[in-house]
Amino acid sequence: MAEIAAKVLIVGGGPGGYVSAIRAGQLGLDVVLVEQGGLDGGLGGTCLNVGCIPSKALIHAADAYERAAEQAKSAPFGLRVEHPTIDFARTIEWKNGIVGRLTSGVGALLKRHRVKILQGRAVMVDGKTCRVETDTGPQIVSAEHVVLATGSVPTTLPALPFGGRIISSTEALSLPAVPERLAVVGAGYIGLELGTAFAKLGAKVTVIEAENRILPTYDDELVRPVVRRLRALGVEVLTRARAVGLSDAGDALRIEQEGAPARSIPADRILVAAGRRARITGFGLERLDLTMNGPFVQIDERCATSMRNVWAVGDLTGEPMLAHRAMAQGVVVAELIAGHRRVFDGAVIPAVCFTDPEIVTVGLSPDEARKAGHEVHTALFPFQANGRALTLGAEDGFVRVTARADNHLLLGIAAVGAGVSELAAAFGLALEMGSRLEDIGGTIHAHPTLGEAFHEASLRALGEALHI
Amino acid sequence: MGTRIIKLPDVGEGVAEAEIVEWHVEVGQSVLEDQLLAAVMTDKATVEIPSPVAGTVVALGAEVGNVLAVGAELVRLDVAGEGNEEVAAAPREAATPPAPAERPRAPVPPPALEPAAPSQPSPPVTRAPLGPPRPPGEKPIASPAVRRRARDAGVDLRQVRGTGPAGRIGYDDLDAFLRGGAKAGIAAARVANTDVETVKIIGLRRRIAQKMAESKRRVAHFSYVEEVDVTALEALRATLNAENRPDHPRLTLMPFLMQALVKAVADFPEMNALYDDEAETLERHGGVHIGIATQTPAGLMVPVVRHCESLSLWDCAAEVQRLAEAAREGRATRAELTGSTITITSLGALGGIVTTPVINRPEVAIIGVNKQVVRPVWQGAEFVPRTMMNLSSSFDHRVIDGYVAARFVQRVKGLLEAPATIFIEA
Repeated sequence: MAEIAAKVLIVGGGPGGYVSAIRAGQLGLDVVLVEQGGLDGGLGGTCLNVGCIPSKALIHAADAYERAAEQAKSAPFGLRVEHPTIDFARTIEWKNGIVGRLTSGVGALLKRHRVKILQGRAVMVDGKTCRVETDTGPQIVSAEHVVLATGSVPTTLPALPFGGRIISSTEALSLPAVPERLAVVGAGYIGLELGTAFAKLGAKVTVIEAENRILPTYDDELVRPVVRRLRALGVEVLTRARAVGLSDAGDALRIEQEGAPARSIPADRILVAAGRRARITGFGLERLDLTMNGPFVQIDERCATSMRNVWAVGDLTGEPMLAHRAMAQGVVVAELIAGHRRVFDGAVIPAVCFTDPEIVTVGLSPDEARKAGHEVHTALFPFQANGRALTLGAEDGFVRVTARADNHLLLGIAAVGAGVSELAAAFGLALEMGSRLEDIGGTIHAHPTLGEAFHEASLRALGEALHI
Repeated sequence: MGTRIIKLPDVGEGVAEAEIVEWHVEVGQSVLEDQLLAAVMTDKATVEIPSPVAGTVVALGAEVGNVLAVGAELVRLDVAGEGNEEVAAAPREAATPPAPAERPRAPVPPPALEPAAPSQPSPPVTRAPLGPPRPPGEKPIASPAVRRRARDAGVDLRQVRGTGPAGRIGYDDLDAFLRGGAKAGIAAARVANTDVETVKIIGLRRRIAQKMAESKRRVAHFSYVEEVDVTALEALRATLNAENRPDHPRLTLMPFLMQALVKAVADFPEMNALYDDEAETLERHGGVHIGIATQTPAGLMVPVVRHCESLSLWDCAAEVQRLAEAAREGRATRAELTGSTITITSLGALGGIVTTPVINRPEVAIIGVNKQVVRPVWQGAEFVPRTMMNLSSSFDHRVIDGYVAARFVQRVKGLLEAPATIFIEA
């Protein structure tokens, strides 16, 4: 059996693992990265293969199609489109092309930084050794440092095991055709992003959510424009509803809703989007006997686990399960292993929801800020009063700022509106730099852009708004 | 226009003098009827003195910290109509000082470089002031670049003061901290502080100082410490508290100790007594009036639970709670703060191992409660975890012998260790 010795062994080639590998390579460390590949993986992990990137490709295509269909109907600015159709197989092909470019790009980056990539399933033997089942037989890798970056998998519901009509987000991104009737279980961001895309592509979409509203982790004010848009798209949203299983014929989803008789919703596909759970099995984690934090591996501010020189990054370590958090953690770990002094100390981790319209949140909501004991000033600026939003035909939404009342330090920024995901950069920077309302108010924002709403919201919190 | 002299009223039975602890008015100020003039302190209670009439303050009778006899001049007011005292006519102007608003304003110098902003409409939100020093525990605000540089330099940003907006730490702040190398980096944050602040010991604090010094000077203190196994007592207490009856207050150890004292002093009447060392008499009291040493924002107070021998466990608990709250909020009356015959002092979780309490003269005994700890206790064949607590008590050796004190404490210990015996009628 072949044996490889390395300074760093990274288990998992997703955003946490591959970024850690690149950074470690840059720092001159000898790195082996193990990626098992398969249906829901490959270099780039969930994010590149079956998550962020392919879903955004699909959302873009669906949006373009829906816009074309809208022009065909009403031509608000005179663009004449007749009988638009979408070749869904071509859409999927295009999406696969993007994924292919990015994953091969990751491979190239890793090679450039002399990271040795092992294709195969890793099983930890102990805290320094790992057995990898490759196509060419088993290999033993021993390393001074181990970085666990195994990510997460879609949560399964016992009543709705994956298979046949019941699919996870992974299969939803590679369907052969747009389903006629799609039931989506779970109105979190994954369910709503995909549900909205399929609704735009022509599916009759029903969303089932156990809580009393959609996107339960976001505050009501932010979610309202999304609710309006779902209604306009004809998406049926059932709240306080539970999916209890398939009908006997297997062609409908049985649901129970508070205050209503049990019923069945006919569906060609049932997308279960009930969240994701850390991947903590299948790679010998139990042999390391690490301290856990509920269903996650417990880490400290350096991403160190309870075992010396065993590190963990990304979804495996808990919420928020976001690629950019994993990447930042990966960099911290690589630099720590190289002997730098580092901690994961980001002031904020932005979160974006690619619904229609998009939602971006950075830092605290007004309620969270108050709960944290702050007296706050909060103000929002509606896109109805923003010129650029009107020229884009997207006037629903707003930017909202929350700042400390005593020294005007920004605590949180959020927006809902078309294209606001791109404002995440400005919002994140403002909070990371420790900006006050006056800093944003004193920054000249380009006209005409959506970002002006951020400027105006900050001015408004100071009682100095100009355009409202 | 006349002058009215307000005298220090009789503020309590048997009170001959009171100390001014706070003036609510100043000379030149006009006051309304019933407006508060001053706060005065008697033995321990603070009393607010209102003005009986409207007028303008001409003179104050004493400074804060001075003691005035009842009936002495407290405030002199100019009042409309007849006064109550003939005084040498003062010039009118002096009697009615100009209101601050009418004071002629110094001419505004021509603005140099700074534009004067005389009457800018105030914005609905005030401009943030330069951030005060960071409260302890608050996260330092710094950009990622500053954070990284600090970490590389081994500097904990919590030690660095931010001079930027909202207390933000910039490169300059870090430079200032680092200047002069690692040694100076720390030294810069730890300069010798030569400030001396003189605080006037007045009011309650002065009263405490006098009483403590007097007790230590006159009483021949001795202390006796014994450990008590309170495992059973704590179990009983937990059981009773678990009942959670809305009509019952939560029980602390205090009411149990009070009930035990009632029981014990029945056998040791010399403990529940007041020693008048001038008359050389010892007053043994039938009623057990237990003083409860209580920390208040103003300082130590000893509210008194009267006639504990007539109170149930729950009554004791409720009364202790009520009096402690009243004392902390400054509402305790003089009657509630006097007349104790024996005192308990407890610092709860801060109780330490041993204390040497100072006797609340003219009482002759004070019982101090130390903190509870679970300790291994040798019980014949094995160590057993028991909840143990020390009682540190002081006695006046002039009238209490060591042997008697020891037997008294043993009696209290016996009651507390077998709590059922506290409640068995003799």
